Amino acid sequence: MPSVSMTVNGKAVSGEVEGRTLLVEFLRQNLSLTGTHVGCDTSQCGACVVHVNGESAKACTVLALQAEGAEVTTIEGMAQNGTLHPIQAAFKEHHGLQCGFCTPGMVMSAADLLQRNKNPDETEIRDWLEGNICRCTGYHNIVKAIHAAAQAMRG
Amino acid sequence: MYAFNYHRPASIDEAISALSGASDGTVMSGGQTLLPTLKQRLASPSDVIDLGAIAALKGIREDGGAIVIGAGTCHAAVAGDATVRAKIPALAALAEGIGDPQVRNRGTIGGSVANNDPVADYPAGLLGLGATIKTTKREIAADDFFTGLFETALADDEIITEISFPVPQKAGYAKFPNPASRYAIVGVMAAQGPAGVRVAVTGASEGGVFRVAEMEAALGGNFSAEALAGIGVPEDNMNADIHASAAYRAHLVGVIAKRAVEAAG
Repeated sequence: MPSVSMTVNGKAVSGEVEGRTLLVEFLRQNLSLTGTHVGCDTSQCGACVVHVNGESAKACTVLALQAEGAEVTTIEGMAQNGTLHPIQAAFKEHHGLQCGFCTPGMVMSAADLLQRNKNPDETEIRDWLEGNICRCTGYHNIVKAIHAAAQAMRG
Repeated sequence: MYAFNYHRPASIDEAISALSGASDGTVMSGGQTLLPTLKQRLASPSDVIDLGAIAALKGIREDGGAIVIGAGTCHAAVAGDATVRAKIPALAALAEGIGDPQVRNRGTIGGSVANNDPVADYPAGLLGLGATIKTTKREIAADDFFTGLFETALADDEIITEISFPVPQKAGYAKFPNPASRYAIVGVMAAQGPAGVRVAVTGASEGGVFRVAEMEAALGGNFSAEALAGIGVPEDNMNADIHASAAYRAHLVGVIAKRAVEAAG
């Protein structure tokens, strides 16, 4: 069985996988990082979004072996020393979630947006969330939270 | 997904040899179409040859009067590239409209072109701009490359290395996207450039991307949306599904072609 090595949330990890093992399966099953969710498993819903080498990707549509040598960040890598990442804090503050299933993907997707565009307007936020589906909130508070996070991160 | 042998070659030569050595191998670029296809068990290759680690396939450069894009360049890189945005903004806009940000971060131009999905954006981009597809064996004009539904001129052991776009005087891309997938229900690239006046349509036809000679002739005399008034395409061979009937798609071709010309400015 092939083995794969990568850095996940700053820590070197490796494991044995099949060719067909998905990155999201490796994260959840081998590493027990279950914050990354599998919603649709068809690359549409975005609950599985993680960062691969700094860019957001749907971990259900990446093979674990494609991430060989990559730097991967999951939702578990966002809070630092027990302090929520500003995007997580903003989701909490602005009630950007109800059931929370989509939230890890929303936060990781938003983090990619805010590293490219420090001051997105509402349209840009909504366009960016094209690949993240939420069935509870109606998106309004998610957009509000990302807007507030952008403001907080600009300082 | 059925099991397969995974290969991650570091060079194009290694990729070709892995492909030649496989009993039923397939090439993967970004995997944004192939992996969903494998998950649905619509394909069961013996070997998957991942081109993702081949640095030579990535990058964008200007070469004389052309923009040359490596086959492994992702849609986000094309959309965000300063040279593409300056020289062929229609191509940047096309790339920006594919799928969603995560798909654009991984899906590649070479993968899209080799797959030739009849509702994908890039085939219209290449055909409309008169691009040339460079492979491990030869150079193929876009006019000769797209041969039908998911069919191309590529041989089984041939890999796209880069795509060269002559810089047009003006070009515009417009599409009527499926609201869920963002694939084109109808997408049109209209361009005036070294390859002449060209109008290429994706999404509409059962046979995949096609050119509209009557529109090209009209735009040759007057490159404006008004010149397209009254020019339609027949309903025959148009795709029909729950999203749009053949008649609706035929009508959309006229509407979206005008928008593409308007977008060209």
